[in-house]
Amino acid sequence: MSVAVTTDGLGKRYGRRRWALSDCSLEVPSGHVVGLVGPNGAGKTTLLNLAVGLLSATTGTISVLGGNPSDRPEQLARVGFVAQDTPTYSHLSVADHLHLGARLNPGWDAHWAAKRIAETGVDPTQKAGQLSGGQRAQLALTLALAKRPELLLLDEPVAGLDPLARREFLQTLMIAVADDGVTVVLSSHLVADLERVSDYLIVLAAAHVELAGEVEHLLATHRRLVGPRRDSVSLPGDCRVIDASHTDRQTTLLVRTDTPIHDPAWIVEDIDLEDLVLAYMGQTSNVERNRRSGLRVQP
Amino acid sequence: MIEFRLDSTSGVSPYLQLVHQVRQALRLGMLEEGDQLPTVKEVVARLAINPNTVLKAYRELEHEGLASARPGVGTFITRTLSDASLAAHGPLRREMGRWLVKARQAGLDDESIEALFRDTFRSASAEDVA
Repeated sequence: MSVAVTTDGLGKRYGRRRWALSDCSLEVPSGHVVGLVGPNGAGKTTLLNLAVGLLSATTGTISVLGGNPSDRPEQLARVGFVAQDTPTYSHLSVADHLHLGARLNPGWDAHWAAKRIAETGVDPTQKAGQLSGGQRAQLALTLALAKRPELLLLDEPVAGLDPLARREFLQTLMIAVADDGVTVVLSSHLVADLERVSDYLIVLAAAHVELAGEVEHLLATHRRLVGPRRDSVSLPGDCRVIDASHTDRQTTLLVRTDTPIHDPAWIVEDIDLEDLVLAYMGQTSNVERNRRSGLRVQP
Repeated sequence: MIEFRLDSTSGVSPYLQLVHQVRQALRLGMLEEGDQLPTVKEVVARLAINPNTVLKAYRELEHEGLASARPGVGTFITRTLSDASLAAHGPLRREMGRWLVKARQAGLDDESIEALFRDTFRSASAEDVA
């Protein structure tokens, strides 16, 4: 299995105090579409900017396609990047963008880029500033893909798009994955989109990696248990409680386990990607809450 | 050729939805032996889903002996589901009818019957897996 991105103890501090990312150790295997999720400020953009060499690490290391992210032009040519809000040069025409792409990228596929723009129905003479959000996103994606990258990083590319434009964007992206096998890392809040497109998941929360793995494996090893209220729960040894909630009569747990739960007192349910993401994002807020309440007890 | 669709609210994983749709089309006679399934790229382009999901669904169908891939051409249906299983429907339905009468006599209402069926079904499938 080849690895697209490896990080080891990676951390990024802004100013003196604020850690945007801390002690992040990850391995992102090639050939996947990786969904990167987490609340705002969790460190998603920081991680992507580190991977593309726009930021340098405060601690630890990051290796992208076996190289240092900001090492050489050849390294940059292998990685495509679409930054947040799919930025383009508003005063330049679509055709200007393609010329620029051809001049700046050694592996530029001009034929593919022109065909792609024609398919989206955008007039090449139009200024990028006059494009709709969906058209601009398609232009940014075309620019990133026409350099024929091995790895494509996208920072919330569909956040501002209407459902139709979002679908068209993801269609273009998935066709590129089918055609070229490009590895994709995509940050998004839209779990329903990720459910369709991603087969690998990374959950970041409060600057830490909470969860990483193949979606299928993660869904197969997490279960929701519903049963009568109990305050102390005895579960099989490998069972880890990720999230617990209680009413006066009922206890609901989300657990990670490799073995089936046979205790007849529990109703055992499968979970979907959204349940999984919410549980791990909620886990952090629980920890934070405990930490805060713990502080209050101190005299 | 069938057209796949995805229900993002069903809680069923996308790859299983594709498998179920092929099986259902086979049962209903909408797909027959020799029919071609949409290419991976066609499905990806239509549904905006991960190509690995489609590949996985097709591999599962191959594993079940329902389809086979011809390299460079596409994936084709190799077997139909309708006749063999249809014959079994009658006796199973009669048996279940008798069971339903018993359940109602025992005082179960429709919802309890459904819950009991689903629960039994789930634990039976879980035992199969285990």
